[in-house]
Amino acid sequence: MHEMIKAKAIELLESGCVNRVLGWKAGEFFYDLTPAVFTTREEIERDFVYSVFSAANLSKYLIAESRKEGKVAAFLKPCDSYSFQQLLKEHRIWRDNVYVVGIACDGMCDMDVIRDKGVKGVTAVHQDGENLKLETLYGTATMPKSDALPERCVHCKSHKVVVFDEMLGENGEENPDSGRFDEVERIEAMTPDERFAFWRKELSRCIRCNACRNVCPACSCEKCVFDNDKSGVAQKAAASDFEENNFHIIRAFHVASRCTDCGECSRVCPQKIPLHLLNRKFIRDINELYGTYQAGADMDTKPPLMDFTKGDAEPSVVYGRGGKQ
Amino acid sequence: MKKISRSDLPRLFEALSQARRLYIPADDGSGQAKFLPYTPGMELTQNLNTVRSAKDLFFPQVENLLKFKVQGKQIEILDDRDPVEPFVIFGVRACDCRSFDVLDNVFLHAEPADTFYQARRENAVVMTLACNAPEETCFCTVFGIDPADPAGDVTMWQTKDTLYLRANTEKGAAVLDDLPLDDADDAAVAAQQAATREILKKLPLKDLDLNGFDHEHMLQKFNDPRWAQLSESCLGCGTCTFVCPTCQCYDIKEFNTGKEIQRFRCWDSCMYSDFTQMSAGQPRPTQKERFRQRFMHKLVYYPANNDGLYSCVGCGRCLQKCPIHMNIVKVIKTLGGECHDA
Repeated sequence: MHEMIKAKAIELLESGCVNRVLGWKAGEFFYDLTPAVFTTREEIERDFVYSVFSAANLSKYLIAESRKEGKVAAFLKPCDSYSFQQLLKEHRIWRDNVYVVGIACDGMCDMDVIRDKGVKGVTAVHQDGENLKLETLYGTATMPKSDALPERCVHCKSHKVVVFDEMLGENGEENPDSGRFDEVERIEAMTPDERFAFWRKELSRCIRCNACRNVCPACSCEKCVFDNDKSGVAQKAAASDFEENNFHIIRAFHVASRCTDCGECSRVCPQKIPLHLLNRKFIRDINELYGTYQAGADMDTKPPLMDFTKGDAEPSVVYGRGGKQ
Repeated sequence: MKKISRSDLPRLFEALSQARRLYIPADDGSGQAKFLPYTPGMELTQNLNTVRSAKDLFFPQVENLLKFKVQGKQIEILDDRDPVEPFVIFGVRACDCRSFDVLDNVFLHAEPADTFYQARRENAVVMTLACNAPEETCFCTVFGIDPADPAGDVTMWQTKDTLYLRANTEKGAAVLDDLPLDDADDAAVAAQQAATREILKKLPLKDLDLNGFDHEHMLQKFNDPRWAQLSESCLGCGTCTFVCPTCQCYDIKEFNTGKEIQRFRCWDSCMYSDFTQMSAGQPRPTQKERFRQRFMHKLVYYPANNDGLYSCVGCGRCLQKCPIHMNIVKVIKTLGGECHDA
């Protein structure tokens, strides 16, 4: 796949179809790839990498990239394609300026997951079929790729690239039996006090770095209210630790029905807060109250919370949905 | 040199926490480590280092400075600082210990001294722990730090069964006097140090070339066109800043509690769009300038003002935590090593 994608990137560039390519750039170690824009064959040959560590969702970069001169080629995995289409729907990406190459994906590995399994000092990773061969400062180790997957890939919602100009590899299918709501159900089954304690504990680790917000394709405001000194709620004014808690809850409200569940928020959180569970709670509630809805899956439907129909849930619905007392 | 069996660590922690508050690196509930106030039963982390650095204990993310009370035409100013009591930090790594030197230059050695920071420094005993198993992201040796022989009031080494302790200062010696320790010779420690130094030779980042990151080449570095490419995918989040043991920028804010005005300070990040606003607005309008500021500060401005001391300690936290894996190592590798005159 890696060679195929590289060849495609060079072909698109040299045929004049695009004048630059958005992809992932090699780092110091095999796992530390950085999103980057490539403009020459030499750069692509030297630095372009598509591997099990090409986890970063590139769609949000296209808000800025598609406004630049000429056309940009973007390689989008299934998750990324949902984000891309949702942004198209919100008129945030200029579609004519992007050439989308869809790429099949069967899960991206996560270095934190590998470290958590006790493998430390990893200097190189080689994929050998379904296994990862890890070279470390302390010897070599082998691990099934499936053991290195983050939660979002273990419970992958869809292997389908939903928008593309060209598809590399065979497109996959949606995965309605992903089990992605299992953890949400577990939290819903808690008493309100237990649930409150759960979130207070998880969110107490927040350091207000804003990585979740800045990486989130649904958080695409040009200037966030929390970055505005004059708003009175700027991110730095922590009157109490409850403010950070509120920040995450409010953010989940703001992206509700637009969040595609790409899971970038939890991937980037340096404190390992399971932020995606807040979004999934909203998705699950929306599915129940408004009918099953997947943000970014198509160009036609309106996000349920941005639409009005006579059949919409009434505000009083909250009284019957408080969870176990 | 003193020693205690590692199976007796709980006894050691109990003794240490008798006279003062004890902080140890322990699991924060997410499988990651954090310096936490010791409570009975708490275990030392198996992780090499904490996500948040030991700087938190001297320069917390948020702290109250003072309060104003307005009554009629009178403004009363109340000192509102948190009381500082003697405390001990157990298990600080060599990199974090060096970060205290960097912070001291800013908060203590400049006039006037920052009394909030000063109070914590004076009340603290720092017990460092030598590294046995550095990770691939470690590069403290580039900055002349020896992870096998860290500084601090007390230096500690771990072997398979035993914890060795050596007091380096009077403060450290006074703490060790009260502990249930046995005398030991240096042999086991020397062997452990030799083993660690063998691993240090294999560290992939040990040969970073800092040539050219100095006062003389300041403008050359500042004007380097490659900052644009280095910063192009930076998200502008504050992760690198907040996990960094040497980042020391803060903002001062106030809010109305309804009864009085509370003034507090909190960490700020040069990566943020509202950092150090000036009367004409934001002096660093795009992420390129903000990104450049962070690394110029670490590698050029700070050493230029502090006798060549870099304000990076090579702990590797930003390497592990940056969401897009852009970090100071990539900056050094891209811009370092060339000393031609601009």
